[in-house]
Amino acid sequence: MPLNLLWRGLRPGINRRRWLPDTPALKRRYDVVIIGGGAHGLAAAYYLATRHGVKDIAVIERGWLGGGNTARNTAIIRSNYLTPEGVEFYDLSVKLYRGLARETGINLMYTERGHLTLAHTDAALRTARWRAEVNQHMGVDSRLVYPDEIARLCPQLDLSDRPHLPIMGALYHPPGAIARHDAVAWGYAHGAARAGVEIHQGTEVTGIDVAGGKVQGVKTSRGRIGCDAVIQAVAGSSSRVAALAGFKLPIKTIPLQACVSQPLKPFLDPIIVSSSLHAYVSQSSRGELVMGGAVDPYPLYKQRSSLDFMERLVADILELFPFLGSVRMMRQWAGIADMTPDFSPVMGPTPVEGYYLDAGWGTWGFKASPAAGLTMAELVATGRTPEVIRPFGLDRFSNLRQVGEKAAASVGH
Amino acid sequence: MGGRVGEWAGTAKWFQEMKLITCPLNGPRNASEFICGGPVKAAPPPDAPDRDWADYLFLEDNPAGRVREWWCHLPSSYWFIVERDTLTEEILDTYPADRLVGGAAS
Ligand SMILES: Cc1cc2nc3c(=O)[nH]c(=O)nc-3n(C[C@H](O)[C@H](O)[C@H](O)COP(=O)(O)OP(=O)(O)OC[C@H]3O[C@@H](n4cnc5c(N)ncnc54)[C@H](O)[C@@H]3O)c2cc1C
Repeated sequence: MPLNLLWRGLRPGINRRRWLPDTPALKRRYDVVIIGGGAHGLAAAYYLATRHGVKDIAVIERGWLGGGNTARNTAIIRSNYLTPEGVEFYDLSVKLYRGLARETGINLMYTERGHLTLAHTDAALRTARWRAEVNQHMGVDSRLVYPDEIARLCPQLDLSDRPHLPIMGALYHPPGAIARHDAVAWGYAHGAARAGVEIHQGTEVTGIDVAGGKVQGVKTSRGRIGCDAVIQAVAGSSSRVAALAGFKLPIKTIPLQACVSQPLKPFLDPIIVSSSLHAYVSQSSRGELVMGGAVDPYPLYKQRSSLDFMERLVADILELFPFLGSVRMMRQWAGIADMTPDFSPVMGPTPVEGYYLDAGWGTWGFKASPAAGLTMAELVATGRTPEVIRPFGLDRFSNLRQVGEKAAASVGH
Repeated sequence: MGGRVGEWAGTAKWFQEMKLITCPLNGPRNASEFICGGPVKAAPPPDAPDRDWADYLFLEDNPAGRVREWWCHLPSSYWFIVERDTLTEEILDTYPADRLVGGAAS
């Protein structure tokens, strides 16, 4: 071994710069237990500890930190939704994302690329116009553009009348961004741990103790924990964990698949979504094309990828960018999405007192991580539901007050 | 036609990976010819309160394991019952819907 390496290795403190402390022993009791160590659970822990001084928190994660859908998502961040409720909520997240690298001290590689939702039919154009109106009303930068301007924003798109469905226009959302998904989870984990939060990886929640309608604690694979409050943030496992607490959710668990190509020289600036073709693509900072579409056709808890998906997706992408025909695919994978009937989340109190829900994130929840964490933290710390998430309560289904976001969330995540 | 696909499945690896569903009317067909219509569940009585109807429409058991669902073979518009495992993606059984009400099995 070269001497200078040996010398560096033996210097005191070399191993001290760890991102996270070792998993500590489980205590018998915490003020708050957070189930799920994805970006949502970690963000909630971070904001509870840093904004509300609630530091006696255990984040309980079955697998490893950020290894669920957070690790599998295609990292698109935007706020050009359809409903005023949705736009307001997601725009809060965009604002938090903009300052998050500085706040957590970790480079999230947050880059605003611009986001184009292509319309290939009259109906899609009508939806785009509707979204633009709502977005502008809510102060979000978003407008309708036509092929001449699309050609300037993304000259690589096939704007001719050759494709089966030629491009008629698009909803253009300049703040549309992508970020490094692992960094978001690690940034929150690091910040939370520094503020005193315990993160328990490799620990599964196997039961919820409820007595007198109030949560008393959780059973885990490493023993029982007592607590005053629980936040459930387990995405694809939402129905299974809620069943442990004794209630049902308006959720179906359905795989969402994605894939990346071999790395190419940077050529694609904006994020391109086509709801008519059910496909979207962006180019990552290391040059890979990151591609995906809508969820699979039926509910499933298996995180498998399929040839059907790949064939359909590639055919659609080639309609948009015919010159990609000889590009090789590198990886294909799936996550399991907790889909709601109206494509909006389910957040807030539940039938069990002290048990709070952060679920229904389907295919759209990565961008929501900061706003969901911030508002769930406020809810748990104050006992009051923040206005911005009030429309997303579990009771909206029995009150017949759904927040329909399908037109803005089913393909472009 | 469906039967022939089934015979080849034993010999070619990539064919085994193609998802087949055995329609009680049409035999084994590619899964892309079907749609899933959701779980078999009892509807509330017509005069039940809105709340019961909302729960019936929106709340799901969404289990990880065995489910019993309505499926439709689209080209023939034929609705039937599929029992499958949502953890392993195995199709466990398919049969005509009349078996649900104790009618003649296929
Ligand atoms: C392919 C794909 C692409 C996507 N693209 C986008 C996108 O571009 N933009 C966007 O905004 N969203 C996107 N999403 C959605 C997004 O990934 C999710 O909504 C989001 O990551 C949810 O975050 P989370 O922290 O709630 O869940 P997760 O990251 O899934 O974390 C939940 C954690 O809970 C743990 N858990 C489950 N059960 C238990 C238990 N019993 N005990 C302990 N721990 C448990 C799991 O191990 C997991 O780590 C995409 C999803 C997929 C699958």
